[in-house]
Amino acid sequence: MKDHVELRSGAYADSVTLLQVSRAVQAAPGVVAAQVAMATGLNLEVLAGMGFDVPASSPNDMVVALRLDDDADVATALAAVDAALVPARPASGASEVAPPRTTGSALRRTGPDAVALVSVPGASATVEAMDAVEAGRDVMVFSDNVPVEEEVALKTYAASRGALVMGPDCGTAVIDGVGLGFANTTRPGRIGIVAASGTGCQQLLVLLHHAGAGIDGVGVRHALGVGGRDLSAAVGGLSTREALRRLDSDPDVDLVVVVSKPPAPEVAEALAKDAEALGTPVELGLLGRGQRDLTTVAEAVLARLGHEAPQWPVAGEDNTGAATGPLLRGLFVGGTLCDESMLMATEVLGPVRSNIPLSDDLGLDSTEPGDLLTDTHTMIDFGDDALTQGRAHPMIDPTLRNEQLARAAADPQTGVILLDLVLGHGAEPDPAAMLAPAIREARSARPVPVIVSLVGTDLDPQGLDAQRDALVAAGAEVHLSNAAATRRALQLLEGARA
Amino acid sequence: MTPTVVTLGATSPEVVACGADMFADAVAGQAVDVERVDWRPPMPGTEADLAAVATDPRRPEANRRAVEAMLGVTAHLVDVAPASEVLGLERGQFLHAGPPIAWEQASGPLRGALMGGAALEGLVDDPEDAVALFESGSSVSLEPCHHRSAVGPMAGVVTPSMWMWVLEDRATGRRTYCSLNEGLGKVLRYGAYNDEVLTRLRWMGDVLGPLLQAAVRGTAEASDITGILTQMLQMGDEAHNRNRAGTLMLVRDLSPAMVTSGFDAKDVADALRFVGGNDHFFLNLAMPACKLALDAGRDVPGSTMVVAMARNGTEFGIQVSGTGDQWFTGPAQVAEGLFLGDYGPDDANPDIGDSAITETAGIGGFAMATAPAIVRLVGGTVPDALATTRRMHEITLAENPRWSVPVLEFQGTPTGIDVTKVCRTGILPQINTGMAGAVAGVGQVGAGLVTPPAEIFPQALAALADAARAARA
Repeated sequence: MKDHVELRSGAYADSVTLLQVSRAVQAAPGVVAAQVAMATGLNLEVLAGMGFDVPASSPNDMVVALRLDDDADVATALAAVDAALVPARPASGASEVAPPRTTGSALRRTGPDAVALVSVPGASATVEAMDAVEAGRDVMVFSDNVPVEEEVALKTYAASRGALVMGPDCGTAVIDGVGLGFANTTRPGRIGIVAASGTGCQQLLVLLHHAGAGIDGVGVRHALGVGGRDLSAAVGGLSTREALRRLDSDPDVDLVVVVSKPPAPEVAEALAKDAEALGTPVELGLLGRGQRDLTTVAEAVLARLGHEAPQWPVAGEDNTGAATGPLLRGLFVGGTLCDESMLMATEVLGPVRSNIPLSDDLGLDSTEPGDLLTDTHTMIDFGDDALTQGRAHPMIDPTLRNEQLARAAADPQTGVILLDLVLGHGAEPDPAAMLAPAIREARSARPVPVIVSLVGTDLDPQGLDAQRDALVAAGAEVHLSNAAATRRALQLLEGARA
Repeated sequence: MTPTVVTLGATSPEVVACGADMFADAVAGQAVDVERVDWRPPMPGTEADLAAVATDPRRPEANRRAVEAMLGVTAHLVDVAPASEVLGLERGQFLHAGPPIAWEQASGPLRGALMGGAALEGLVDDPEDAVALFESGSSVSLEPCHHRSAVGPMAGVVTPSMWMWVLEDRATGRRTYCSLNEGLGKVLRYGAYNDEVLTRLRWMGDVLGPLLQAAVRGTAEASDITGILTQMLQMGDEAHNRNRAGTLMLVRDLSPAMVTSGFDAKDVADALRFVGGNDHFFLNLAMPACKLALDAGRDVPGSTMVVAMARNGTEFGIQVSGTGDQWFTGPAQVAEGLFLGDYGPDDANPDIGDSAITETAGIGGFAMATAPAIVRLVGGTVPDALATTRRMHEITLAENPRWSVPVLEFQGTPTGIDVTKVCRTGILPQINTGMAGAVAGVGQVGAGLVTPPAEIFPQALAALADAARAARA
């Protein structure tokens, strides 16, 4: 075995691309392990953890770390790295028009209604988003790790320009049926969503899509993400207000739904007043203690439109078996789904510890995935900022969650494991291919019941049925409704305790 | 212009994607046009300052004001007069190019030009004797041209007896100044100071200056220098290293009054031959015209626009609208390009001169695309020239509608360098320049391309960020 580590100064590719490059290089002949990453703090830790010796570097350097069989050729492996990096960097001749280097420059080359989509690292996201607002354009800021004072400044300026800032940390938006970020493909309709929650929005999208099959108008026209902090006291709903105004003035929207992680009480109160003043009816789906879950909100929307809620689909009940211990472990990629399950579980089980806790005393040190397993009920959001610093979102890079799944399954205290899997644009082409083997392996060690909320539609590029079947075949019970999945997990634990 | 509903484009949906390719791919996969930003991390350590400046609520309006003020200026040629009269320059006072510098730090060409200047003013008989004079520092003083509303090419040395072009912004009465161009080869501005140099300077003071003064004063319609620049750019001059069309247009404007000035016909003929035979003659009008425009954009709190780039042969300095008269400096670079005779890179002095004011205003290297005739002189190819001008649009705030480039579909030249965009993209302003010999007295050794030292832009950004934070507090 031999290691080859080199730094490439001035080379840059985004974390998603580099993950794909790493994966491609790992498959090259003679390569035992490969990590191609920007030299961020977290990536350096990962490299150190893998036993690589990385020379002094700055976060702007690209690290190519290869572990090879003794008889493997370094040059061949490096050629594989270069080949994998090439598609990300199309060569351009000097005589061609060079690609724009800033969002502002790109916006000058597009029509007046183009929307900007920013997903650069959080430290640089505000600057790119300001370009859009300055040009009077709407912008979706997917990036997380943006300081809240920058968010407030950005949104305050946007309010003066009549521009809509979706985000920062906005995972999902649908505009005119076009998905931005992580978005499910849904049939068009006359419902508008304002979402301070990406996966909460996706949950509503898929429930309303499922329920609306064959019914005219029951479908989502626009889903405007506003960022997870928009309804916090600091931000005060600046983007939510603009999004409501937009949807209210759209003659093709009959009903607006607002979905959010638990908001600041005073902001929620102001929002309720704003909503009442609109011409379009508004259904508020604000998560919190004593509030409705998202599935119940979807059912209320259907009722407002004069339709009964369908039976929410579930598959693989026969797999499940009894709880194998007293504790519930929720391992989520969707923050709002985690919140929703936590709120429901707390009512039944009592305190649940988390890296995104319902109260501070329940907090877990969220930077060390290895420490996230406690001897209490736990729910982890792997999409939280602290766990995504310098690496891709868990919807793309499942490594951390899969590690934790194995750890949780091996713990004799674990009674039920609750997971989510989110489909749609932006997600992996075949996420079940990575999750199903992890579930199978976990359950082969101990037959822990694994309940999965599979948030997807039959129009999503991954194919809902195939994803569900793969999970069921691996031994999971699969729900479309996260609330239903959570209820099922709680029911199994109650059975164990009875 | 505020959209009332949410739309992705009235006719064909469009998204600008900045960041992970995967999201751009996902959008493109839904039959939406995607313009991808070729984003790279900003200059190291600038993220927080960039965000502070980006979210400075004064910035957008401040930059709009600075740009409008700059584009609103028209420079007219109103006079030619000695520096002692128009700049109040006194015996022993020397102006030089670039940010402030002392004799001890001065490079060879600047020293050479100061020595020649001292001899021209009669402070010493032999230029070599001036070394002791400047070393002593008594009865002589050095000051940047920029501090007196003037600009000087290369060493930029101005002494009281030198004749200056006087340009005026009619709307405000503001004026800028520049010396008369001496031609190429062994010339003072490149640090040469032999008898030939001094003889020519004396003729310029005794004959050329007064004659041009009479011509300018005797011409009813003052020359619109900004307008001549417009025409030059259409005629293949980029107005920094190529000024042939501009020079001829100036001769066209001034020659009738020169002929009827009453001056000796031989002097008039000598002057016309000198001016017509020096393709760079107009540069000394392009430079103060650019300074006049840029000065109008100065001192707008919150503006991130660069209002001066200048080099003294040791340091490269910039000034920014939002930070007043503060200079941000770093070591001047040696240009890459072509060398005269058997000179080589080792003979060249680091970058020198106020002429980068042309690039600051959006011509020179920024208008390279319009001047294919000189691209090889400055070490490039025609495609490089087109690419250079296009690249400069990535770091500028505006396009100058008056200065347009035919070969780029008459797109205006990239104008108003934005400190934040330089830090974001790492793209440095491209400057076309002459190269002076490193040793005093040598003169010009070549011409080529150079950029400012990168570190001065984060320095300026940090000062802008501090100002933004202070304004918010």
